[in-house]
Amino acid sequence: MEKNYGWWLPIDASAHGHQIDLLLNILNVVIAVLFLGWLTFLLYTLFRFRARPGHKADYHEKHFKLPTYLEIGIVTLEVLLLAAFSVPIWYHLKKDIPKSSDTVLIRVVAQQFAWNIHYPGTDGVFGRVDMKLMDSSNPLGLDRSDPAAKDDIVTINQLHVPVGRPVSIQLSSKDVIHSFDLPVMRIKQDAIPGYVAPVWFEAKKTGNFEIACSQLCGLGHYRMRGFFIVDTPEDFKKWMDERAAEAASS
Amino acid sequence: MTDTSKHGHADHDHSHHDLPFWKKYIFSQDHKIIGLQYGWTALLFLLYGFGLMLLMRWQFANPGQPLPLIGNWFPESQMIGGVMLPEFFYQLGAMHGTVMVFLGVVPLAVGAFGNYLVPLQIGAPDMAFPKLNMMSYWLYFVGGVIMFASFWVPDGAAQSGWTSYPPLSILAGQGQTVWLVGMAFLINSSLLGSINFITTIVQLRADGLSFDRLPFFVWSQFVTSFLLLLAFPPLMAASVLQLFDRLFGSSFFMPTGLVVNDQVSAVAGGGNPVLWQHLFWFLAHPEVYVLILPAVGIVGEIIACNTRKPLYNYKALVYSAIFVGFMSFVVWAHHMFLTNMGTTMNTFFQVTTMIISIPSVIILTVLVLSLWGGSIRFNTPMLFAVAFLPMFGLGGLTGLPLGLAATDIHLHDTNYVIGHFHYVVAPGTIFALFAGIYHWFPKMTGRKMNETLGKIHFFFSLILMNCIFAPMLIQGLIGVLRRMYDPMQYAHAQPAQPLNVFISISAGLLAIAQIPFIVNFFWSLFAGQKVEENPWQATTMEWTAPSPPSHGNFVTPPQAHRGPYEYSAPGCKKDFWPQAMKETN
Repeated sequence: MEKNYGWWLPIDASAHGHQIDLLLNILNVVIAVLFLGWLTFLLYTLFRFRARPGHKADYHEKHFKLPTYLEIGIVTLEVLLLAAFSVPIWYHLKKDIPKSSDTVLIRVVAQQFAWNIHYPGTDGVFGRVDMKLMDSSNPLGLDRSDPAAKDDIVTINQLHVPVGRPVSIQLSSKDVIHSFDLPVMRIKQDAIPGYVAPVWFEAKKTGNFEIACSQLCGLGHYRMRGFFIVDTPEDFKKWMDERAAEAASS
Repeated sequence: MTDTSKHGHADHDHSHHDLPFWKKYIFSQDHKIIGLQYGWTALLFLLYGFGLMLLMRWQFANPGQPLPLIGNWFPESQMIGGVMLPEFFYQLGAMHGTVMVFLGVVPLAVGAFGNYLVPLQIGAPDMAFPKLNMMSYWLYFVGGVIMFASFWVPDGAAQSGWTSYPPLSILAGQGQTVWLVGMAFLINSSLLGSINFITTIVQLRADGLSFDRLPFFVWSQFVTSFLLLLAFPPLMAASVLQLFDRLFGSSFFMPTGLVVNDQVSAVAGGGNPVLWQHLFWFLAHPEVYVLILPAVGIVGEIIACNTRKPLYNYKALVYSAIFVGFMSFVVWAHHMFLTNMGTTMNTFFQVTTMIISIPSVIILTVLVLSLWGGSIRFNTPMLFAVAFLPMFGLGGLTGLPLGLAATDIHLHDTNYVIGHFHYVVAPGTIFALFAGIYHWFPKMTGRKMNETLGKIHFFFSLILMNCIFAPMLIQGLIGVLRRMYDPMQYAHAQPAQPLNVFISISAGLLAIAQIPFIVNFFWSLFAGQKVEENPWQATTMEWTAPSPPSHGNFVTPPQAHRGPYEYSAPGCKKDFWPQAMKETN
């Protein structure tokens, strides 16, 4: 079985991640080539023009053509990286928010130091939430008297999604700024109180992964770890049914 | 006032021998003494900031293990049985950043080198406003004491990162208030300094020293001063607003509907935490160039002197520095790609970030090509200056995947960011500052530093710096997040743990590698080889003054007769032709 984590990028379990990885790999090659080429030139220059008996410095200014070509090359490369990769990838992630009927809707509300996960249940509508109802047993302040809330599912630190279906998350925070990081999904988005940020992805691989908090959010920041589980459609349905039964019995 | 200052060195001169000790060395108005005061204080803070980091590095390599030997000396609010508490860890993190940037590197680069060298290089007797200069140092000193003392307030020092993002920073303990007050002192210190530099460079240049004959170091300080002058006021305003939010219940940065610890927060609301980030980074990005430009200036001087030829394409260097300074005001939000700003703004800041790389590449290229055709002396200052080039280059290159928003998604807030900006500042700027210390030590003391110890210091520092920061880039690619009290919490970070151990050992060795420098520094201060006014056979005007220069600097006011870097000029017998020398050399 493929290992999730090693000495390089985490595995990419998402539909869009390969584009980011491709860009990152291109950049790694660019950095390596430019740095090593340039270092070689530097070392050669230092050796060739070292002070030694009989060698004199040349006062007259040379006219190098190389820097001009190098500059033009770098500018062209940067335009290409922006126009062909970075900007389109970003627009795809921010503008192509899935609206299809099979989209899994989830609210994620961060707090010190946990991730509250809110599924709308079978009706597909999130129940009413009210911050006055928030307490340790109801961290989202979900109003269970609201008909739409009856079938809602709330978990803490357990984000289950099905493989192969788009997932659309409304991300927010109750207290301070957190950042919602799914390394294997190439997703990272700040959760800022007062804002609701859209996040979406589609998982391509099943497995047990992690939610990390990547923005310093207090003393427990380092342990604000959640489980991110990509299920097969059958497992996902089973898990949802179990949670729904739990919610109904409580 | 310009007239009196310009020709006023005689007025200063007759009285300086009569000055009591405290006026000559403590509350001095002499730019050289103030420069040295800045230098001593900043070096101590650099060492202190490094010490804070070493404590953190122990925790990274041995999470939850008691710190040997000194662990039990710490109070229970910081370590229990020698085991570091997260409270203390996050204080160390916030204060390492604050101390290094605002109390170490900038005061050394601008306060010390700028103060000491700018008047000398432009042939002026002193800064334009000596009293303001004194005040600027003492504001910095008080700010430093406040920051240093903040570890002893009841809740400990600031612990919300050096970036102090609200609402966390507003909800944090008293240390944050102390931090904001300390920042107010440091900001005002820099503002006074920047006004002084700009006035001095515009008004007090020696006869004949037109702007196209200014040493590049002076240009770099000139641009830096504008950055400080224009970028710090927004942070000052932001700090006052955050202070109001903390002390008086205002809500500039606090949104409506906060629920902290399941309690509805009593704040008025209606504010916006992202506003702080904009105001903070509007300072803090230009601040990056405040860290870099004086370093580039130092490296330029040392390269010209030790290649024994003029800098290649001086004009491109100056224009690039000005352009970088200008562009540094329009890239700040690339620190904020993940705050959910609009796609248009996002694209704008990606484009400006790519644009700023162009003049940066020109600066590096000019400096490298300046070596071509030279007769290169490899003394200690030159080694540090040359090593600055690839290290700063790598720092710049690793900015690419962070400046492109798509790859920033994976790398944001990981150790890749830490590796990137430390390459710029540590083996980059700090190497340039070391180069400057070795290069101008003879001017400041009349003695040379020891070459052997200097080279030992250089080679070990170069290797160890790379052993520290290159693995951080790999950790970042793995996805290891910054600001983790316990790096073992996440499964994705665990494969990178051996790197943490390696980095921490390297950091400990780097501390040992600074011992030759410290020994060399003090030994040379008292017993170093005595030198004349121009031991490096350099051309710029500071080398025309005695070593060390007396109060009022020059025996006779110098005049500039040519550009700053007339090395190996045809028609001269010697391979350097000082700016202030009328006849051929």
